Amino acid sequence: MDIAQLRRLSDTAWQIPPTGAMRVPAVIFANAALIGEMDEKVREQIANVAMLPGIVGAAYAMPDAHWGYGFPIGGVAAFDPEAGGVVSAGGVGFDISCGVRTLLTGLKGEEVERCKHALADSLYRDIPAGLGSTGKIALSADQMDAMLAGGAHWAVAQGYGATDDLARIEENGCVPGADPSAVSERAKTRQRHEMGTLGSGNHYLEVQLVDEVYEPDIAAGFGLVAGEAVVSIHCGSRGLGHQIGTDFLREMALAAPEHGIVLPDRELACAPLRSDLGRRYLGAMRAAINCALANRQIITHLVRRVVWHYLPGASLELLFDVSHNTCKEETHMVDGRRRRLFVHRKGATRAFGPGREELPAPFQTTGQPVFIGGSMGTSSYVMAGAADGGGGPAFASACHGAGRAMSRHAALKRWHGRQVIDELAARGILIRSPSARGVAEEAPGAYKDVSSVVDAARDAGLARKVARLKPLVCIKG
Amino acid sequence: MTLHYELFPHGADTGVRGTGPSRDAAFEQAALALTSIVTEPAGISPNEMVEIACDAPDDAVLLSDWLNAIIYQMAVRKMVFGRYTVAIEGRKLTGRAWGEPIDRIRHAPAVEPKGATFTALDVRQTPNGVWIAECVIDV
Repeated sequence: MDIAQLRRLSDTAWQIPPTGAMRVPAVIFANAALIGEMDEKVREQIANVAMLPGIVGAAYAMPDAHWGYGFPIGGVAAFDPEAGGVVSAGGVGFDISCGVRTLLTGLKGEEVERCKHALADSLYRDIPAGLGSTGKIALSADQMDAMLAGGAHWAVAQGYGATDDLARIEENGCVPGADPSAVSERAKTRQRHEMGTLGSGNHYLEVQLVDEVYEPDIAAGFGLVAGEAVVSIHCGSRGLGHQIGTDFLREMALAAPEHGIVLPDRELACAPLRSDLGRRYLGAMRAAINCALANRQIITHLVRRVVWHYLPGASLELLFDVSHNTCKEETHMVDGRRRRLFVHRKGATRAFGPGREELPAPFQTTGQPVFIGGSMGTSSYVMAGAADGGGGPAFASACHGAGRAMSRHAALKRWHGRQVIDELAARGILIRSPSARGVAEEAPGAYKDVSSVVDAARDAGLARKVARLKPLVCIKG
Repeated sequence: MTLHYELFPHGADTGVRGTGPSRDAAFEQAALALTSIVTEPAGISPNEMVEIACDAPDDAVLLSDWLNAIIYQMAVRKMVFGRYTVAIEGRKLTGRAWGEPIDRIRHAPAVEPKGATFTALDVRQTPNGVWIAECVIDV
């Protein structure tokens, strides 16, 4: 991206002043080097977001922003229903409530190293991953609706995990306002055999080592100890979310003229929050969030079963569960006034700081944990929400990963899956995946430097850098 | 005029492009490009046939609907398809897809298509008569 076209606000905040149909400015949080690596499409897409009705403050792009569809991946925008604001299916995306949860083990890395190969093989065998895999759970129509309404609470009631897990999940494990009747039969059919599955693409299950701690007090509050192992799960609402995205993207794009909305890009399909279509989408999208929370809860149960077989002393206590493709109703301070807004985060993580009433007691002084996923060979990071109680920059949002630096197409031309797996094995990182091509497309070199993305997020005041996690085992779909 | 399909680069996802002498043929080739995101179409046995019908207000949305219908059939039947036929009359598409259940060893499926997006969505006829059907697929 040509930095000369941006107005510098600080070393890590760059503005696109409003021109043409833009209702508000757009702000990109990144340092000059990351801006230089960003596709021009990010600038075009975030400027398009700034044109949507009822947008508040500014349209924001996170340091890991890259060319998406409609919104850039790493895009954040908030809308006010009182000001004609919209909800956008394109602004949430297909993988609704894709997210990450991390489990603490309380075990030294050496203990995991001793059984690492067997652990990797068993996790790969017991957690369905990749296209063509199915879970062992088949839901009836009634069970499907109960799951969509209940989220992780439903999963715990079915015996997956413990009640204590629920307080360690955004929305306490169940977002209110889900409407299973707004979810199409196609979406439900697509999900029927997919509960407890990881999916494919950039989704993963990793056993990781806490190899560096930057903020000891916050890390201690999170239970993160240097040299100890953790387990992280990255996946979403599977076929149900994909189909809801498909259904509503089409309906919103075609209905835009009826709502008097001129779309700068058809992919930004949206509907007024105060319309039947907007309300139906919110009900369906919230059901998909609950589906994702239930899915990660079931996978957590499967992970615990495997890990406890090899490492019975592992605590496997849930640290936290965050989502990064959502639209959530939240209160934020804007121009000195508390406003109820619908915050879209597409490839961006909620990053509530200390004092937010939504956070459970253990995080009231630290801010919420924010997980920044790596890419097999690169580190992941744990950050903490830094925003003040009112909201802070970008409506209390932070990045969600490294962000792709290269298309899948280009990655496939550069790497072979077997070569990637062997190189990582030589570094002590075990990869298990049904697809060598899938591994090549997800090669660590296809992503930006996650460390510089995290540093930019910290420098921009989006979140605090707490700890770095190094991969030991990675199950890829 | 040759039939052709290809993938084109996109930042996070993958673009599919089908080219042919007719709109029907371009849609068939775009479907093969969709399959090629997952596995090599030539390695799929055309053992089972699935019928697909779509109805949309314009060519672009019709392409999106066609590709999404294939993604849906792949997902719920756990199948991959290696041969397609399309007949479009007005705004209605009637299609057939031939394939087989996914064999995770033989097909080694790379990545799961989530949905056809409206990004780079286009159906057009070039001045020399060639039809092109393309869009970005979220994977």
